[in-house]
Amino acid sequence: MPKRVETVVLHDSSTPVIGDVQKGGSVVVTSLDTLLNQARANALWPLTFGLACCAIEMMATVASRFDLARFGSEAFRATPRQADVMIIAGRLSKKMAPVLRQIYDQMPEPKWVISMGACASSGGVYNNYAIVQGSDQVVPVDVYVPGCPPSPDALIYAVLKLQEKIKRGNKPKNLIDLRLVEGLTGARTLEEVKS
Amino acid sequence: MKGVVKPILAGFGITARRLKHKKVTIMYPEHIREQYPRTRWRHFLTRYESGLERCIGCSLCAGACPARCIYVEAAENTDSERYSPGERYATRYEINMIRCIFCGYCQEACPTGAIVLRKNFELADYKREDFVYTKEMLLEKYSGEADEPFTGHYALGPAPVFEG
Repeated sequence: MPKRVETVVLHDSSTPVIGDVQKGGSVVVTSLDTLLNQARANALWPLTFGLACCAIEMMATVASRFDLARFGSEAFRATPRQADVMIIAGRLSKKMAPVLRQIYDQMPEPKWVISMGACASSGGVYNNYAIVQGSDQVVPVDVYVPGCPPSPDALIYAVLKLQEKIKRGNKPKNLIDLRLVEGLTGARTLEEVKS
Repeated sequence: MKGVVKPILAGFGITARRLKHKKVTIMYPEHIREQYPRTRWRHFLTRYESGLERCIGCSLCAGACPARCIYVEAAENTDSERYSPGERYATRYEINMIRCIFCGYCQEACPTGAIVLRKNFELADYKREDFVYTKEMLLEKYSGEADEPFTGHYALGPAPVFEG
């Protein structure tokens, strides 16, 4: 009987994710999956996607004082082909939204999105015609970070939350994500989507 | 030969000198850095020492909020059911943390000092529904809870202070 690789979950979140299954088997593939998730979680290469002032804090996070490299995320890539996680740092204008979506589509699977700051997550103070009211209208977001802008510690906390999520298991996450990934329109139940 | 070896030695010299410098990295999840005194992060609704709520449901915070992220619904206190010392109290008090920009205008506008912003910055979460903080989440469990120093979810202790 092969020994199961223990998933290291630093902080057990009280918010369960839909489709989140507890791994309990000792099958070889299950262990391999856990190992893969560990590897993915500990080498998240972010995509350089600074849109506004949050990008300054994102840069500070990679700099030596906070040092995102401690979590394997120092390699900021300028091409979506080599990135795992997209950090949407700043307000997303409606003109930028198709570009963001295209770049998201160009990223290889598996991919994750961190919505950094109030503007990217919900529009923030910019409740007007120009700004997308939440980047989850365009791409499926995994972790939201409140703050204007979030301090580097807050962003590191979000990266840790994302790592925790990856270590616990993978997609599909919820109905909204499925709809966006599959390109479905209109409300459907999870069972309808699965069938 | 000289053109190759000399620059390499010079380069390693810089590395060797740098080794003597003090480390600047804050080991964040284990050690939490001391926040500045006026740092504004997570909101709290405070209580008086008697345990009564400070909030009187006047909605001045909601009016001052530039992001329009606060929602207050007030009701009258009765002698049998008393929440705050004045006439009114807030039945519902909700803050959309994802829209909040942590400007602190609500704290400035509050006539009773009920809403305060404290130093808990670990607010990131997975679902946007979870970011609407209700009154139960914002209200202190007991008087003085908001003023307790923030210790992180993972933290083992405060970050060492670096000099120079």
